[in-house]
Amino acid sequence: MSKLTPPLPKFLRPAPPRPGEKEREAGNGEGGDTEPGRADKLREGAGESGAQVIGWLDERTGTSPFLRGFLFRKVPKGTNWFYALGSATMFAFVSQAVTGVFLAMYYNPDATRAYESASHITNEVFAGELVRGMHKWGSTVMIVLLFLHMGRTFVFGAYKYPRELNWVIGVVLLVLTLAMGLTGYLLPFDQRSYWATIVAVNLNASAPLLGPFIADFLRGGAEFNSATITRFYALHMLLIPGLIGALIGAHLYLVAKLGTTAPPWLKAEKKELTNEEI
Amino acid sequence: MPQNRSDTDPPRKSPYTADRGMAGAFEGETVTRRRFMTGGALAAGGIASAAFALPAVGFALAPLFKDPTPDRWQDVGPESDFEPTTYVPKVINTDPGAGEAGKATIYVRKFDPESDKPSPSDNGKDPIPFVVVSTRCAHLGCPVRYYEAPQRFVCPCHGGIYDFEGKVAGGPPVRPLDRFNARVTNGRVEVGERFSVNSELRRFSPRDPSNHLDGFWQFLYPARPST
Repeated sequence: MSKLTPPLPKFLRPAPPRPGEKEREAGNGEGGDTEPGRADKLREGAGESGAQVIGWLDERTGTSPFLRGFLFRKVPKGTNWFYALGSATMFAFVSQAVTGVFLAMYYNPDATRAYESASHITNEVFAGELVRGMHKWGSTVMIVLLFLHMGRTFVFGAYKYPRELNWVIGVVLLVLTLAMGLTGYLLPFDQRSYWATIVAVNLNASAPLLGPFIADFLRGGAEFNSATITRFYALHMLLIPGLIGALIGAHLYLVAKLGTTAPPWLKAEKKELTNEEI
Repeated sequence: MPQNRSDTDPPRKSPYTADRGMAGAFEGETVTRRRFMTGGALAAGGIASAAFALPAVGFALAPLFKDPTPDRWQDVGPESDFEPTTYVPKVINTDPGAGEAGKATIYVRKFDPESDKPSPSDNGKDPIPFVVVSTRCAHLGCPVRYYEAPQRFVCPCHGGIYDFEGKVAGGPPVRPLDRFNARVTNGRVEVGERFSVNSELRRFSPRDPSNHLDGFWQFLYPARPST
């Protein structure tokens, strides 16, 4: 270490050895060092600083016991890639959320400006076509993954006691995801999305007694009007994603609490009982 | 439950806090302070939540109670533009704030006293002088188009077909095409609010496509509360 470097601040200097503690051999550090082994100690301390920060947080939040229980829980024998479909669906949701937030920076939910702003995103904004494409195709991917995950749960019998409630939450998540598809379909505001949404809203109106009211609520009036698209936008980017996020939390909590099921082709190992056990 | 108490049950606690040996109990006090505070906190939270939630829900549901037929008359051209034998397409504005999306095509022709019978709901009054047919298909709301040669309205989405009067001639629609009110002012035809008709061309308040209006069915699809 050169003499030109400024002295280290006090709190970085290693503590002097306690009485009776063996002093480090001089010479480990460099030639002119007054305190032997200081560089070594510093190097050691620097390496541990990351762990120290994490330790500081962990001591105050109790993260690591939680993560140990959540991430390192026991899974049954025979667990395979089919069990990753749920995580894959959640990953699709996260990618939809992230691309959606960025699309909202350019999109304008006004009946007279929506189509223009959507084509502005596609044709003019840097990587706009890519981000909009990811959001558009990602929605299909999410629904496909969701149905595959649901099929896996059904075929493996993972909906049975004690996991019925998680199946129910999953079904609500399915309905909410389809509602995301419906509300998002209007937003490009081209001919296809406009007429498809009119048909979808009138399908809701065909339900007896309550149908006309549901349709009026969705349209924000008796006819498709300028409030319809802002209504769909608010449902699409605020209300439904919030509900989906909250329910994913509940879904994951139950998965961690109840554990996963073994695949159905795996039979329980039969153990010969000893006489004493009988 | 209290009637079935047997002697083996532990004796019931007195309802008076004073009898239960609680410090600082008042005479005749039955609600403990802990209970009172819990109830008070819950009530305050409930009132505070309702104070913002109820107006917000009303705000979101308000369109359900809005009058769907504002009193607005739109000029679609001079009386001489229209004749009783064929329809002329015209464009009206249903929501000026919605730009292109707020425009709607309508088909207009003159009322023919010989072939057109007055609607049963007109009660012998003068019928509307012009027949103004909405292009909104009564199945699911796609735009129908009028074809001159067969004198039929045809919907491109699911194959709904309507005759010259707008009555269902085939396909899935459940009632005839909606109509609009019309009048003549200073020789010019003006189009007013929408109304729906059943298979006898009896007038109803405007309904959504897919809502039946015949027989028992009409009770399953109620009118909007404001109409």
